[in-house]
Amino acid sequence: MRLDLLLRISSKIFLPFIILFAFYVQFHGDFGPGGGFQAGVIFAAGIILYTIIFGIKKAQKDFPETIFNYMVPLGVLIFTVTGLISLSKGFNFLDYDALAHYPKHGQHIGIIAIELGVFVTVIGSMVSIFYAFVARGKK
Amino acid sequence: MNEHAPALVVMLPIIGAVLIMLIRHNNLNWGIALLSGISTIYYSIILYLNARSVGTISYAMGGWEPPVGIEYRIDEFNSLLIALIATVSFLILVYAKSSLNIELKKNKISTFYSMYLLCLGGLIGILSTGDAFNAFVFLEISSLATYVIISMGNDRRGLLAAYQYLIIGTIGATLYVIGVGLIFIITGSLNLYDISVKLGDIELYRPLLASLAFITVGIALKIALFPLHAWLPNAYAFAPSVGTAFLASTATKVAIYLLIKYLYLVYGFDLVYSNQIFIFVVLSLSIIAMFGASMIAIFQSNLKKLFAYSSVAQIGYITLGIGIANYNGLIGSTVHIINHSIIKAAIFLAIGCLVFSSKIVNIDQLAGLGKRMPMVAVCITVSSLSLIGVPGTVGFISKWYLVLGSLEQGLWVVVFALAVSSILALIYVGRIIELIWFHAPVGGMVSQNKIPFEMIAVTVVMTIATIYFGIDTRLTGDLAKIAVENVLLGEQL
Repeated sequence: MRLDLLLRISSKIFLPFIILFAFYVQFHGDFGPGGGFQAGVIFAAGIILYTIIFGIKKAQKDFPETIFNYMVPLGVLIFTVTGLISLSKGFNFLDYDALAHYPKHGQHIGIIAIELGVFVTVIGSMVSIFYAFVARGKK
Repeated sequence: MNEHAPALVVMLPIIGAVLIMLIRHNNLNWGIALLSGISTIYYSIILYLNARSVGTISYAMGGWEPPVGIEYRIDEFNSLLIALIATVSFLILVYAKSSLNIELKKNKISTFYSMYLLCLGGLIGILSTGDAFNAFVFLEISSLATYVIISMGNDRRGLLAAYQYLIIGTIGATLYVIGVGLIFIITGSLNLYDISVKLGDIELYRPLLASLAFITVGIALKIALFPLHAWLPNAYAFAPSVGTAFLASTATKVAIYLLIKYLYLVYGFDLVYSNQIFIFVVLSLSIIAMFGASMIAIFQSNLKKLFAYSSVAQIGYITLGIGIANYNGLIGSTVHIINHSIIKAAIFLAIGCLVFSSKIVNIDQLAGLGKRMPMVAVCITVSSLSLIGVPGTVGFISKWYLVLGSLEQGLWVVVFALAVSSILALIYVGRIIELIWFHAPVGGMVSQNKIPFEMIAVTVVMTIATIYFGIDTRLTGDLAKIAVENVLLGEQL
């Protein structure tokens, strides 16, 4: 851990930008290239970079594995609840028009909501898979 | 909420799966699974009744009207299968709790319930969707859940079986998508009913036939049609008993429905059956499946593997009806989808009871079972007799229609094949029945665990169903007739 000073410092500088870029891709996704999946992968890449540089022990202490395990179903839940809200207002399943008074706003809110679901699930599954492989034989 | 039933039957199991993964409390999760199972049954019955009274139901997912948006299209055929699959998997869920406590590690049980419901949601999705690509997505959802279910057994060979199925299943799904891609290039549409309309104006040419071939082979891998069945025996043998019962009674049946849907509703009867080679291939593969798989089953010593090979043979019966392709042949297929689902659920649930009570894996351990566990022994005997097609059981009804259908087409070879394959089935079932009833118990084979009431009850219910639907065919036979008349052969009749 002594020799990789350069890597540690530069990755610390990079990390906030990676995370910020993930959020940019996430929120830009509804009127430009990008979306929940890409953003989730970029976010997870940030955590994976952190794990590679600082080691699995420190990474799992700072970002506990259980959080990511719960994120996987949580994202799907966000997605389905969005659909159920449309149902409860008398529209078809996942009809975003139901989400606001003005259909266009509804579509906007709906796409953000389900992309958020995708974002959460993708981060969860990417990091869970990565942790599962890295931590093999160390438990 | 009833008008939203097409979305709810798919979403309820998936919501259940998600909640289970979030809560992760073994007993509470059983309750959640049961709750989402029973509500799925409720909405599936509503769907069937609606489809009967008002005809085909079209549901625009997300409010986007078809053919642009994803359409869920419910008719008398698929709503019948949705109701069947919802009911069978609910009964298996009732049975699951005690069996899983013995067969799985404690920390895996929640995941199992979750994957079970996810798979159920995926299967119902395949049945109800009217969109080619959406069907692929649900195919993948159910398959991914299936791989996890198979790998969860205590036997480490389950991991290898799951990996095998993962590779083969992925190849199958890929072929299916290539076929869908070709159709999309030809017609510019992904909505199955829109495609079928547009295909009517298109001359038969090579890419169209190529898409038919890709889709048929891709789905045939999921069905485990004979030369593509290699993944099935190991997967069934090493999955947890509950998983085996669930997969054997639902997963392959849904894939068969998808194939029937493509052949009859998308490509259309005329296009597919004007092609003599296609009929020849389907018929001969089905007959080889009936013979080959039954022959292999005769020489199996692992109990689950024996019935897995018998599943491959029985799938041959179903595809045989698709190949015969007349009214009675199709009824035979449809009825056998329902009947085989019930039979295999009964058999694998009974085997699950044996694994629970005394870890019986091999056939020779069955010796003297009739004395030690008469109830389970009767269940296995009756449901195996159904497999052969003894009159008074469901197997007989299916074979009756298949024989009628092939006689009408003048396919004497097929009639002969049906008779001989029944004899082969008699041989492997006979071995089991002889061991159960006419051999003395082997020493050291004492029953260890008392089988809980609900496990026995579900097994007995399924076994009674194999007899009941063999005598009173109003529910299965007549509904299958209606499905075939109104949906599949609507234009031919």
